[in-house]
Amino acid sequence: MLIFEISRPGRHNPGQAPSATPQAGDIPPQLLRSRRPALPEVSELQTVRHYTRLSQKNFSIDTHFYPLGSCTMKYNPRACNTYAMLPQFLARHPLAPVATGQGFLACMHELQEILKEVTGMQAVSLTPMAGAQGEFAGVAMIRAYHESRGDLQRTEILVPDAAHGTNPATAVMCGYTVREIPTDGHGGIDIGQLRAAVGPQTAGLMLTNPSTLGVFEKDIQEVQQIVHAAGGLLYYDGANLNAILGKARPGDMGFDVIHMNLHKTFSTPHGGGGPGAGPVGVNARLLPFLPVPVVGRAADGSYHLETEAQRPQSIGRLSAFLGNAGILLRAYIYARLLGRDGMRRVAEFATLNANYMMVRLRQEGFSLAFPDRRATHEFIITLKPLKDATGVTAMDVAKRLLDKGFHAPTTYFPLLVPECFLIEPTETESREDLDAFISAMAEIAREARVNPDIVRSAPHTTPVRRLDDVRAARELDLRWKAAG
Amino acid sequence: MPFIPHTEADISAMLAAIGAGRVEDLFDEIPASLRGAGLSAVPEGISEMEIGRLMQERAEADGRYSCFIGAGAYEHHIPAAVWQIATRGEFYSAYTPYQAEASQGTLQLLYEYQTMMASLTGMDVSNASLYDGASALAEGILMSIRAHRKGRRVLVPKVVHPVYRKAARAIVRNQGIDLVETGYDPASGSSPLSALESGYSEECAALVISQPNFFGVLEDVDALTDWAHDHGLLVIACVNPTSLGLLKAPGEWGSKGADIVVGEGQPLGVPLSSGGPYFGFMACRQEHVRQMPGRIIGRTLDRDGNPGFTLTLQAREQHIRRSKATSNICTNQGLLVTAATLYLALLGPEGLEHVAARSHANTLALLDRLSGVAGVERVFGRPVFHEAVLRLKSPVAEVLRAMEAQGILGGFALTDDYPELGECLLVCVTETKTAADISRYAEQLERILSKRRLDPPCAQKM
Repeated sequence: MLIFEISRPGRHNPGQAPSATPQAGDIPPQLLRSRRPALPEVSELQTVRHYTRLSQKNFSIDTHFYPLGSCTMKYNPRACNTYAMLPQFLARHPLAPVATGQGFLACMHELQEILKEVTGMQAVSLTPMAGAQGEFAGVAMIRAYHESRGDLQRTEILVPDAAHGTNPATAVMCGYTVREIPTDGHGGIDIGQLRAAVGPQTAGLMLTNPSTLGVFEKDIQEVQQIVHAAGGLLYYDGANLNAILGKARPGDMGFDVIHMNLHKTFSTPHGGGGPGAGPVGVNARLLPFLPVPVVGRAADGSYHLETEAQRPQSIGRLSAFLGNAGILLRAYIYARLLGRDGMRRVAEFATLNANYMMVRLRQEGFSLAFPDRRATHEFIITLKPLKDATGVTAMDVAKRLLDKGFHAPTTYFPLLVPECFLIEPTETESREDLDAFISAMAEIAREARVNPDIVRSAPHTTPVRRLDDVRAARELDLRWKAAG
Repeated sequence: MPFIPHTEADISAMLAAIGAGRVEDLFDEIPASLRGAGLSAVPEGISEMEIGRLMQERAEADGRYSCFIGAGAYEHHIPAAVWQIATRGEFYSAYTPYQAEASQGTLQLLYEYQTMMASLTGMDVSNASLYDGASALAEGILMSIRAHRKGRRVLVPKVVHPVYRKAARAIVRNQGIDLVETGYDPASGSSPLSALESGYSEECAALVISQPNFFGVLEDVDALTDWAHDHGLLVIACVNPTSLGLLKAPGEWGSKGADIVVGEGQPLGVPLSSGGPYFGFMACRQEHVRQMPGRIIGRTLDRDGNPGFTLTLQAREQHIRRSKATSNICTNQGLLVTAATLYLALLGPEGLEHVAARSHANTLALLDRLSGVAGVERVFGRPVFHEAVLRLKSPVAEVLRAMEAQGILGGFALTDDYPELGECLLVCVTETKTAADISRYAEQLERILSKRRLDPPCAQKM
């Protein structure tokens, strides 16, 4: 039932709003609403019950193992939420003088310093509000750099064919054309093809490392030399930073600019689709172009916001204020709870969990996309052999996993690997939970052979059965309308 | 080890299964010269108790002020249920509903949100959120260019939020799109048709109309909308959602209504929180839905014929369409939309109208109280919504510092963004302020201004 179907005309929550005000004063009648919006009229209890019940229809990290590849669905510590929501932090207006925000800004400045250190970059701006906006900031800085040198012939951004869709979409938003570089047989970027693709038109290469194929780009130093020798810059997509946190740094690999997904690596909540936070880091040559504001620290130890005035070559602002400040606070708290050693353990145990699952799934008869490679924090299996043998697809297996109490891994991405699962367990899952998932996978594979219909018609236990996506797109129903 | 459940026995058994001697061996594909990153600038980890104390101290250092700043972020009462429910783990720790059958809670909520926003804005459809108001305006501009198909210029009056204009420029400029700024009438603070006429050219695709505008001034939206449509332009409305409890929905502006509506969702249940996370909203006419960026939820049927909800029109999005997507946006602001949906359900149509009306009445009460104060004058003659520009006889920055010393954040100084206005400030009063708060503001301002008139500046102690 929808909240609108619970609604009854004339039901109010007078305790949640001020009482009626006599007149709208001086506002001319032609500027006023002619009829009230069709918002629900429900009691507070009805609201609380309705949305509590809706929440119970979700799978989430707090309720289910959620090995969604490339999304780093790790535990979100409650302390991060509690201390980011202290009343003074919540009440502070973004345009309040910096003198009234020294405690908040101290956290932001320290976060900048921590992120610089773990990535090996020279400077960080916290303002991008998600990974894709971080990508935008990064590519816009690459463009600003070339333009500042009068190097206007660079019109092309290179991306691996297995890249996240945000990479090519971002390059186009920055006014570039996109050229895809194929992957070699071991999941790495095809060096010969890269060498052939670079030239005076190359603005840069966007690379995720470990890659979207779940393997470390072993030839990164050679890639770096090829792109830089051609005059291009190297962009690091931080989607998979969790795999190397504290173990290796993009700055040391020769990347000029990076973004980090704090909602992945720094465990801020995914919130059913955000908010994220996508800070960017740069090396010295891109320093002047960082998006503003950047948190600065004066000689007397006080904090301030550096704006266009101090950074005239900045690519500018990407948000009205300081980006997703409250999410940045959560990331800061997480970083302080982990500390230096805790960060190293993130990569270590994320990698241990992934390699363990990969080996165990292979033992159970599943095919690995890159059997000669180590898993990083994630890995890919292909269910093509199962499909060929039984007709059961990766989508069917994903839906059957829901019946068994597991959120499905990422399916059908990257597109290069047929019928694939991209599986990322994260470091916060216990061995027992990994084993339970592996058992469920083995059981589904057995079901596919003996009773494929039960898999093909899954899910059976979720609040709804398999949904008709084609109908959703053909017969658009994007809002509720009152009957009659 | 914080948040890592492994026992020594687990580690040994897992390494044995893998066939590795040490965890370190699992990193052997990373070239040795790149391994072993320095983390010396990262402090040692601390306990939850210690971080709790540190954060409490920092929060207390920031103190609490009586806030009369608006300028794009507004202090409103947030019902307790909003964040208690929004931070339930099932909402807080889920992600984008890729597996629709396991995400019906989030999906249905977003469908309800889309319904509420479509009704509030008077549009046919809403998306499931963008990052914030400024980036939503940028996306609205890009969308208008796609929908218009010919023009590459958009008229953006100077009375649109100055940072929105900056952000929009930063986001659209690399695609060869021009934002043409048009002036305002110095007497009324609104956008005259004459200014639009002088900015207009054949290459224009759209006009941005901000209601209320950055000065709080109410525009003649009917005339502006009709002018734009008569010139073949699309209308992008940039609105405060609280104001729509009271003001005409953009879908009803002029004879045809706005085409795209964007804005900052923060006033709907989202705390000020130093600027984020907030959420941007976007709604449009049905004919433009395939040009809309961001997630969109649709209702459909499951295999048993029962209704359910799913992500739809994904062929617009980056994960399907890659370089031909409508935007690069992926992760958006789902949790904030969860809060906004709860907020709108708890307030209902009457509650939202009362919030808007009381906020506006409180602002009028302050303006009335200040009308007799020497050294303060209202700058613009037209009606406003819950925010207004005041000109002071003394330097605004100094007056605001003196107010701050009294625990009052007196408004937003306009001197940097609108130097032509002189010593002006933008002041906002919402429903959270009592008559006593308003009196105290007026008394303090009066005291500070009169002190400055009596004493020479060198005698000031601030």
